[in-house]
Amino acid sequence: MSTRMFGARIERNIDPKLLRGEGAFVDDIPLSDALHVAFLRSPHARARINAIDTAAAKAHPGVVAVYTCDDIGALDVEMPLLIPHPSMTNPQTQRPLARGDVHYVGQTVAMVVAVDRYTAEDAAAMIEVDYAPLAVEMDMIRALQDGAPRVHASIPNNLAAHFVQSSGDPDGAFAAAEHVTRITVQVDRSTAAPMECRAVAARWEAVTGELTVWDGTQAPISVRGGLASVFGIDEDKVRVIAPDVGGGFGQKVLLFYPDELLVPMAAMQLGRPVKYIEDRRENFIGSSQERTQIHTIELAALKSGEVIGLRDFFLHDTGAFIPYGIAVAQVASTSIAGPYRIPNILVEFKAVYTPTVQVTPYRGCGRPQACFAIERAMDQLAQELGLDRFEIRRRNLIADNQFPYAREGLLFADGLKVTLDSGQYGKALAMAAAELGAESFAAAQAKALSEGRYLGLGLACYVEGTGLGPYEGGHVKIHPITGKVYVNTGLSTQGQGHDTVFAQIVADQLGVSPQDVIVVEGDTKAFDWGVATFASRAAVVSGNAIHKTAVTVRKKVLQAAANMLDVDIDSIELRDSAAWVKGSNRFVPLAAIATASNPLRYAFNKAAQAATQFAPASKHDGPPLAEGEAPGLEATDYYSPSQSTWAYGVHAAVVEVDPGLCTVKIRKYVCIHDCGNMINPMLVEGQVMGGIAQGIGGALYEHLDYQADGNLANASLMDFLVPYATEIPDVSILHLETPSPLNPLGVKGVGEAGCIAVGAVVASGVEDALRPFGALKFHQVPLSPTMIADALERAGH
Amino acid sequence: MTRPMKQAGSARSGDAQVDVELTVNGEAIRRSVSVRMLLSDFLRHELGLTGTHVGCEHGVCGCCTVLIDGKPGRSCLTLAVQANGYSIRTIESVAAADGTLHPVQQAFKECHGLQCGYCTPGMVMNVLGRFEEEGPLDLSDDGIRELLSGNLCRCTGYLNIVAAVRRAAELLGRS
Ligand code: FES
Ligand code: FES
Repeated sequence: MSTRMFGARIERNIDPKLLRGEGAFVDDIPLSDALHVAFLRSPHARARINAIDTAAAKAHPGVVAVYTCDDIGALDVEMPLLIPHPSMTNPQTQRPLARGDVHYVGQTVAMVVAVDRYTAEDAAAMIEVDYAPLAVEMDMIRALQDGAPRVHASIPNNLAAHFVQSSGDPDGAFAAAEHVTRITVQVDRSTAAPMECRAVAARWEAVTGELTVWDGTQAPISVRGGLASVFGIDEDKVRVIAPDVGGGFGQKVLLFYPDELLVPMAAMQLGRPVKYIEDRRENFIGSSQERTQIHTIELAALKSGEVIGLRDFFLHDTGAFIPYGIAVAQVASTSIAGPYRIPNILVEFKAVYTPTVQVTPYRGCGRPQACFAIERAMDQLAQELGLDRFEIRRRNLIADNQFPYAREGLLFADGLKVTLDSGQYGKALAMAAAELGAESFAAAQAKALSEGRYLGLGLACYVEGTGLGPYEGGHVKIHPITGKVYVNTGLSTQGQGHDTVFAQIVADQLGVSPQDVIVVEGDTKAFDWGVATFASRAAVVSGNAIHKTAVTVRKKVLQAAANMLDVDIDSIELRDSAAWVKGSNRFVPLAAIATASNPLRYAFNKAAQAATQFAPASKHDGPPLAEGEAPGLEATDYYSPSQSTWAYGVHAAVVEVDPGLCTVKIRKYVCIHDCGNMINPMLVEGQVMGGIAQGIGGALYEHLDYQADGNLANASLMDFLVPYATEIPDVSILHLETPSPLNPLGVKGVGEAGCIAVGAVVASGVEDALRPFGALKFHQVPLSPTMIADALERAGH
Repeated sequence: MTRPMKQAGSARSGDAQVDVELTVNGEAIRRSVSVRMLLSDFLRHELGLTGTHVGCEHGVCGCCTVLIDGKPGRSCLTLAVQANGYSIRTIESVAAADGTLHPVQQAFKECHGLQCGYCTPGMVMNVLGRFEEEGPLDLSDDGIRELLSGNLCRCTGYLNIVAAVRRAAELLGRS
């Protein structure tokens, strides 16, 4: 293999198995004699539990055990606060099973274990709970007022956290402003809705004292650590496997969901494998959600359109608990100035408890909200100053020569100063304008209008801090028998194609085909140092760790091959799974080098025999393995980023609004994005496109409809509208590649990029399309037909 | 955590059972099943054909699509007893015995029409069913989107799946 694999559009290694139906998702793992779990969940958003009667459930045929908070011993405690932060007062996390109070509809109250799920659900319905319902307040603004019903008795005003950050001199900027624009915008509650719901299965081997847990999680190593500590078992005796996982998008990383503790507990107590397979309704009412924020943002500008200051105050809905601390709100607050210079910033937020499912990061993690706020504000400013929307952005973008661009005083979610490291923001904007045909749009719009059609141009820019630390590792080993390369890292994958991109990175170093690189992750027995898959970090952090490791193994291979072929190291090249003497046909296969690098006793196969045909792989005197030398061709290394590396992009669209039906059609959609060097552009496009589709869902359809009593009215895929193929337009995705200066591969993350800007683009486009009806405002997404109808009505139509 | 005290009892559920006979992937099957068991659960847990996935159990996502007498159908909305006498095809029957992908599967691979792969078996069975139907196929952009409009995918954003359907038509010589 002499062609470079990094950057190639190669097909994925994992696909054949998934296409044949041979994937192994949690519920596909055969566990003989397994028991099945169903949860009884609260039907009330707030209530006191007076009593729970499980007698009938326990007596039901096929039921093996029923647990309430009184039956789970040491697990009956609040679950961890994952990311503490001083801005929180008395942060609340959930207990595995409710004790005393329930705080949202869907909270787990009791767990039934039975011979099958049907029976377990029957029995759960037989549990009698005496609830005394309490008043609720669903509206964040009212929830903050004195005397509002409390989500937690001990927390007045439902205030979960309050945080202010500033950069530069915002007061001075507003005093010097020639024009100030102010706008209030809202992004609503949504959910990741992965096609595979969450799932956990556990098996306890009493004889060996080993606990094996299959968990559709994004963070198997962290779950392993948590389980070992909760159950007081050696970490080595706990194995957590995240097998194939059917999408995650952030929802599948939380330490812990109740089932992640209770299922292993039941397996240990009952001596049989136990399984919990979340159903879709439970995913809606029990698994993390995100998004509701209400921002009031002000821009201080000069007449030229240059924005010299920004003030943003927002409310962040954290749901009933705050296990992730202020992560989502902090990401929003530090992304608020987008790709613009804006040197003076004041950003303040209050996180508010509401009696709903807890909020933790969902793909985008606060960025779609921040993007919506700043981009809608930029549009309004352009309108007020009589500037074109592209032009006002052009005048404010950070210039190529201004990188690294630090926002002194703003700390990102990794606790480090926001520093945008690199990019070609102006070029991206120009590419978007060209690809969309912005120049000729006004004419097209006028022509359409003359035919009674309402076209609008929508535009938004975004930035995304990616590749958060602390670190990940990589292990690379050339197998002596097959010559194939085994690679491990501590992540898990939910469809991103890690196995292929990591293989590409390694293939280039070792001269093998990516198909001969076998990546195993998501199994704590395979590699057990690392963090998790989140925050668009896999390619950056694990990718670079694997790259560094592969470079080390390459050096070992070159040295051993030079010894075996008795030539200078510089005259060796690696290709076609072998080391070649350059310009000759002398070579030694990788398998033979790996075999020879392991001082052998037995010539157990051809490679071992072949290895003896060459000079020794290691030149030294003394014992077969020199002091300090390890057998084989293998290495482990780690990569710890110095800071996040910032990706960015520009999205633009032409939308058509039907003022009669109040529907929105996206006629053309353009995405210019820059995630640094691309390892596999085909997979990058897949990530971006998947994000855009979720963004379109968030812009037009996906809205969790909580009623005034706290019940979720649309807890099904029938009523919560995830787009089908019929809702997703063609999209043209154009790449810019500005290498990240921060890591050896020059890569930036791309997992979340696609979804960030879409809401702002659509709202911007709809506003533009309906301009003939007056200056209608669209300051909330998802942008529903009702909102369009209301806006038209207010304008007298 | 203490060691397990005893093996849990292996009680059975109290459900009434019914005998069913059906053909699954060409093989005659006779089983006694609970009257309320879903066909999806029957395929997955009784027969071990776990390639058929379950994404909603209320007929919206299409993950559970199998061919019922040749027509794409939702196995989560079908009871196992209703499949009595029918012929069912699942994803496990689509590739050749040696694992060689069927052209529809091959097209998904070439076009990167899958990410997590959870929706994929349902997508493939749906597309396969439509391709095996008599009569012309509408392979316009809108036609393909319509063909896919019973299957949700949360990962890909669909464009590559649309491309895969077009590529499959090419590989199969359909137009
Ligand atoms: S599982 Fe059958 S349609 Fe969703
Ligand atoms: S590939 Fe993940 S749901 Fe379609």
